[in-house]
Amino acid sequence: MTQPISIEPPVRRTLHGTFTVNGERHEVAFAPHKTLLELLREDLALTGTKHGCELGECGTCTVLVNGMPILSCLALARAHMNQEIETVEGMASASGLHPIQDAFAKLGAAQCGYCTPGFLLAAQALLAENPDPSRDEIKEALGGNLCRCTGYLKIFEAVELAAKELRER
Amino acid sequence: MRVVGTSRRKVDAAAKVTGELRFADDLSLPRMLHCKLLRSRYPHARIVSIDTSRAEALPGVIAVMTGKELPIPFGILPISQDEHALAPDRVRFVGDPVAAVAALDEDVAAEACKLIGVTYEELPAVASIDDALANPEPQLHDYADDGNVHKVISLDFGDVDDAMAAADLVREDVFFYEGNTHLPMEQHASLAQWSTDGKLTVWSSTQTPHYLHRALAKVLEMDPAHVRVIATPNGGGFGGKSDPFGHEIVVAALARKTGRPVKIALTREEVFYCHRGRHPVLMWIRTGVKRDGSIVAMDFKSFLDGGAYGSYGVASAYYTGALQTVTYEVPAYRFRGIRVFTNKPPCGPKRGHGTPQPRFAVECQLDKIAEELELDPAEMRKHILQPADSVTANWLRIGSMGLGRCIDAVVEASGWKERHRKLPFGRGLGIACSSYITGAGLPIYWNSMPHSSVQLKLDRSGGVAAFCGSIDIGQGSDSVLAYIVAEVLGIDPLDIRVVTGDTDLTPIDLGSYSSRVTLMTGNAAIQAAERARDIISGAVSEKLGIPRDRVVFAGRRVFDSEDPEKGVSFAEAVQIAETRHGAIGATGSYRPPRSPGRYKGAGVGPSPAYSYSCAVAEVEVDPSTGIVRVPKVWIGHDIGQAINPLLAIGQVEGSVYMGLGEALMEEMTYRDKQRHVVHHHPSMLEYKSITTHEMCDVETFLIEDPDPNGPFGAKEVGQGPLLPLPPAVANAVYDAVGVRVDEVPISPQAVLRALKDKMRGKEGRHGPARIPDYAFPEPARILTPAQGGTGREADERAHSEVGGER
Repeated sequence: MTQPISIEPPVRRTLHGTFTVNGERHEVAFAPHKTLLELLREDLALTGTKHGCELGECGTCTVLVNGMPILSCLALARAHMNQEIETVEGMASASGLHPIQDAFAKLGAAQCGYCTPGFLLAAQALLAENPDPSRDEIKEALGGNLCRCTGYLKIFEAVELAAKELRER
Repeated sequence: MRVVGTSRRKVDAAAKVTGELRFADDLSLPRMLHCKLLRSRYPHARIVSIDTSRAEALPGVIAVMTGKELPIPFGILPISQDEHALAPDRVRFVGDPVAAVAALDEDVAAEACKLIGVTYEELPAVASIDDALANPEPQLHDYADDGNVHKVISLDFGDVDDAMAAADLVREDVFFYEGNTHLPMEQHASLAQWSTDGKLTVWSSTQTPHYLHRALAKVLEMDPAHVRVIATPNGGGFGGKSDPFGHEIVVAALARKTGRPVKIALTREEVFYCHRGRHPVLMWIRTGVKRDGSIVAMDFKSFLDGGAYGSYGVASAYYTGALQTVTYEVPAYRFRGIRVFTNKPPCGPKRGHGTPQPRFAVECQLDKIAEELELDPAEMRKHILQPADSVTANWLRIGSMGLGRCIDAVVEASGWKERHRKLPFGRGLGIACSSYITGAGLPIYWNSMPHSSVQLKLDRSGGVAAFCGSIDIGQGSDSVLAYIVAEVLGIDPLDIRVVTGDTDLTPIDLGSYSSRVTLMTGNAAIQAAERARDIISGAVSEKLGIPRDRVVFAGRRVFDSEDPEKGVSFAEAVQIAETRHGAIGATGSYRPPRSPGRYKGAGVGPSPAYSYSCAVAEVEVDPSTGIVRVPKVWIGHDIGQAINPLLAIGQVEGSVYMGLGEALMEEMTYRDKQRHVVHHHPSMLEYKSITTHEMCDVETFLIEDPDPNGPFGAKEVGQGPLLPLPPAVANAVYDAVGVRVDEVPISPQAVLRALKDKMRGKEGRHGPARIPDYAFPEPARILTPAQGGTGREADERAHSEVGGER
């Protein structure tokens, strides 16, 4: 029944690269098969980015690369060297929460909070492109992110509130 | 009240939106090893031998473990200690853990698992309820009641047959509710640390740190005083993290074996194997009613497909028959049920634990009864409600009961009277009601100690620390604890630091299950805070010369109610008390009131208070595709008193979402090959759930009918509002296209089959035709309160297991 598998571990190569995360440059030595999700969580200790499936099915691991939302569990880290990566840790500043974060906190859009970072970044990408989205446009932009707690309604309301706050700035 | 009843942020909202909140897999420790499990590929097999030598030889592997090292069984219920952390000699479902590896990284651990040679001898697999009844051998577990029937229940309350004979209409229907799973966004993860002084710490995404603590001490044969469980914030639970799991025990054992921290993070596929989700239940229900719809008798049978292990299954089986009497008055009631073992991932408690299935049956049947009697189904329901302050036929004590107001609210808002049965073909409205427990009346293992305790520490800073064993799974229990303490002490929730879910630091709370936390920790918190307040008010009264009964706590001040200027800040008040008494602390505890039921099985169903819900669903059915769309749901929920209306509405909306998913698409199904025991789709892509696109609009009405047993009158809100969704949707489908889908999920295929059935001139129904021909034992006879019963079985037989009294 046992498969004839070599007991020698596969040869492990290491790449070196520069990653710009939330505006900060990091030199990282990493295995070439590592995903961006693994690099962020394990090499940079940025555990704010969560995982829900590691198969690109749930949107939980969404981060922004050059402003575009991507699934970091499906992205090889090596493909995103020298690009602008944004994670949830980069949203708030010393002066307080980002308006999208504040709206999520205020309206109860984060229940368990596990899917929240992915939703926040998907919403940030939406609002950067479309400052006054309709409810349907919000549903479309967040359609790849699953949430099991909220039923999405408070999330929609939070994105709408944040959009209003950002427009009035 | 200043805090209670107002909408505000959660105490952990900022941590949740910044990514600061640390879930189990976000933790790491120096020298930490990574664990992977080798799981069975066979649904049912004997383990002949396991060869770990090749895995152990792989560079980077530190330890390999098999079931031989963990021979002691465990399980959540004392009566079903049938699980092993790693299968010692037999596997019972595809995914049953067989061996574990601890290695320097996850990749090496995964490679090593492939090098473990397991020789299996396959056994016939049991795939379904029918299969389990037809094949008593091989038995999955030798403690089962009858072959592969895990549990048999047969109870009779009142004279059902006599009452049925006096009915104007008797309806008999068969329903099926497919199993489904919790699908929490966070995959289960655990980290264990062994210290050289022989102490163990386990961080885990568990809803029940106290029960995990007990399981760890048992299996590892450790002094419980030397085991510490820290429940990490759960990234969603819904009941799926309420059992102690093998992987939690394995990392602890590996940490002890290697002397190094060991972490495991399950893959999504493995989460499907952990399961413990909704039982598939086949149901038969016969109800007798008078011409006005009032129920004279109900006779109900349930058949649960339990999967491979006991889990909460005995309780789940009882729950399928327990709460029928809580919503509507049922003067005579008979309940017979079985739970069978099958070679599939074990079922257990999912949001609504064992009650959404019978609720679907009852509410769909009532819709048919209303149709036959030519009554409005909303009006009919309103006239047959179980009264407040009553005891049901099966001896459940009801307190406040706001269901009538829930019905009124949704009937009014949905335009029910103008639109039901009047919408064009393809559009329809359906209504359904429900009730749910606010906390299980009994603990999982028998004891007379509190179900929840809260300890407060106050000091001269004015800050208050609240310690409690409860764990926040996203429902907001940490916030509720802070709000209630803040309310009693007149301070701000921000002044309170909550410390929860740590068995070394926090007093026992039984866990986040059965919608128990707000009521039970809430009552314990009130008691603790009132005791602290008494200490402070005594000292302040003495120091400032204010009569004791005039000392008021509000706005972070302590002052004279008749002269508000005369007073001190809360911090100064604590300083006065600390000067007078030394360190200030207080504890509070809560244990539910005794239930009047004393028969065997009376332990499942009692609760300090019952919540009530009523939902109207609007549907659009495409008769050419069978696709059902739900644009809007109106829901009224009797919560007693909302502690934070914002969070309460969030719980209602989340329940509607999950109920809608169960109604339309969520299902755990198994492939045709290998006799339906290989999981059809252990992935989030294939397991269909509601996305932003399918979610309906929801209009929520919080009905506040305070219950004397609730903290400030509060009742549950986390589970009950799920229950009316599936039947409301099914009844709306009937209103839209005139066919009955008597099974969940109401898939497009099911709708099309029912439409085809109608086109052929038949009744226009899709659903199960029959129930198995199972010979239930003679029921235990219990006289109802109306018959002058005592709550005991008529023949006073002794009882154990889940009895109301021990």
